[in-house]
Amino acid sequence: MAILVDTDTRLLVQGLTGSEGRFHGLRNRSHGTQVVAGVTPGKGGQDVEGIPVFDTVGAAVEQTDANTAMVFVPAPFAADAIYESLDAGVGTVICITEGVPAHEMLRIHAFIERRDVTLIGPNCPGALSPGKANVGIIPAEIFREGSVGLVSRSGTLTYQIGHELAQLGLGNSTIVGIGGDPIVGSSFIDVLARFEADPETEQVVMVGEIGGDEEEKAAAFIESEMTKPVVAYIAGFTAPPGKTMGHAGAIISGSAGTAQAKKDALEARGIRVGTTPTETAELVAELVAASA
Amino acid sequence: MDLYEFQGKELFRRYGIPVSDGRVVTSAADARAAADELGGPVVVKAQVLIGGRGKAGGIKLAETPADAEARAGEILGMDIRGHTVRKVLIERASDIEREYYLSLTFDRSAKKPLFMFTTQGGVDIEEVAATSPEALVRLHVDPLEGCHPWHARRLVYEAGVEDPSEQKQIAAIASKLYDAFVGCEAMLCEVNPLIVTPEGEVRALDSKFSVDENALFRHPELAEMRDVDAADPLEALAREKGVTYVKLDGDVGVLGNGAGLTMATVDVVTFVGGRPADFCDLGGGGDAQGVVDALEVITRDPQVRSIYFNIFGGITRCDEVAKGILQALERMGIEHPIVVRLDGTNAEEGRRLLREAGAGNVHAEATMLDGARRAVELAAG
Repeated sequence: MAILVDTDTRLLVQGLTGSEGRFHGLRNRSHGTQVVAGVTPGKGGQDVEGIPVFDTVGAAVEQTDANTAMVFVPAPFAADAIYESLDAGVGTVICITEGVPAHEMLRIHAFIERRDVTLIGPNCPGALSPGKANVGIIPAEIFREGSVGLVSRSGTLTYQIGHELAQLGLGNSTIVGIGGDPIVGSSFIDVLARFEADPETEQVVMVGEIGGDEEEKAAAFIESEMTKPVVAYIAGFTAPPGKTMGHAGAIISGSAGTAQAKKDALEARGIRVGTTPTETAELVAELVAASA
Repeated sequence: MDLYEFQGKELFRRYGIPVSDGRVVTSAADARAAADELGGPVVVKAQVLIGGRGKAGGIKLAETPADAEARAGEILGMDIRGHTVRKVLIERASDIEREYYLSLTFDRSAKKPLFMFTTQGGVDIEEVAATSPEALVRLHVDPLEGCHPWHARRLVYEAGVEDPSEQKQIAAIASKLYDAFVGCEAMLCEVNPLIVTPEGEVRALDSKFSVDENALFRHPELAEMRDVDAADPLEALAREKGVTYVKLDGDVGVLGNGAGLTMATVDVVTFVGGRPADFCDLGGGGDAQGVVDALEVITRDPQVRSIYFNIFGGITRCDEVAKGILQALERMGIEHPIVVRLDGTNAEEGRRLLREAGAGNVHAEATMLDGARRAVELAAG
């Protein structure tokens, strides 16, 4: 099982012929992901180390039965790429591209909300089910197979926590980076619900950061809808208000969206919050030990 | 990116939202000339990218051009909550009968644009929301359907605007504000106050306008509005170098890759008892030149006493980071102690490069926590 990506994933890469798309597409394939097609308008008929390239997503899906798309095209073209895949019947789109305008995301979010499709990202590291499939830029070698579901708004911080878990001998069912932008395709709740339903996932780590109220909403969801234990980590306790910390999403205005407010919301519902990535991993290890 | 009042009003004007006549000036003499040209009493308004300027004495009424010159002389150069006033807006003074509030924000929770309107304008809107929430009309717009005339009608009727001419004018302004919001890809368009003059004319007396940085590539005219002088000089240098840098107050220079990890590193440095001097994110790529650029920015801050590199290589390759550190040491002669923690892609190779170079001020640490502790110790001397 695992969630979002697994051995049934048939991946097409939008932007496979670009340097980043090629590097990561091939890296995903070497992890065992079935990379069945690339799409680059004007380069149909070529191939990237044996992966056929098509001009349109429609043609790629028709000929390869791709069911998942990874978007690696530059930001000005990313929205177009997402719509193209969704319209071609691809059920899961994972958009790695950073810098997609927020208004594009407003419209895309409204579009996907009305359809039975899944978008992860943009501005995210993708999803990895260790030993099964890797779609995105997560360095798979850090992670081990296991029972801990990991969902995060950040990329490298996710690797840090995965690394800390691995040091303690723990592995992951699936690691999902949902992206750091103000509006992303899938929220914490969307991914938590999948982990709750996944028989391979026994514990979940949620890695949040300042800005927005998705962690607070997730806290309510965990309390009312989840039976599996969840541990959280929040980045940005020392961030000054009103300053953007890199991610477009990581901005706090006023008191709403602070790390402390999120921690309080989680703890009020009995969810433990690690002070450092190291402590977060230790809390997970306690859960695993308790369930063994 | 936040815009100045005068820039926001220029955009309002472009979208057909009525504003007062005004001129932006940078000297007291020009303020006098502007007041002369406008005729009659004017308001001299400090242009700063921060709220609370009225209370700080940054807005003054001037009856005559000589008066405008004197007031502008007082306001120019004034410090308003850490922002130096370099420009003032000289605007024809308005008689105010009533003050309303109208805004469109990017509601990331609902994932829709949100209109807010109340007839209790001119004050802190959060106070209105807290004390009389029923007076604040909130209305989401479906981004795929866009704003229709009914949205605007609902705002004015629900807020209890009674005068038919006012209703009509405000409804027109609301739909034009939506056009501006979408047309400029704004994150916020706020009019507080939206005034009604004794003659019954509705006008935007102030503007808070913020646009999406990620959309500037297709709005060159908005990109040009960026005021490079307003930023912290180190932050401006960082922008020029393409480094994400936020100045903080302490003495441990923090450098990481990725916003989340860098934020967590700033937190951990604080947690172990240190004071971070900055948040500096190498970003996803992080080649050797990027590291050199980042170090150049960080070491310009005279408060910095030690530097902590916390790198978890994904796309970023640790050997590239190590090369960058060594290049920077060679070119810039950095004497600060540098604590380096490398993990992930090509970490072994990166550690080997640093070890073989044998620089006395480079200290390797194995974990994120140990690295933070070491950097804090070294900053303390």
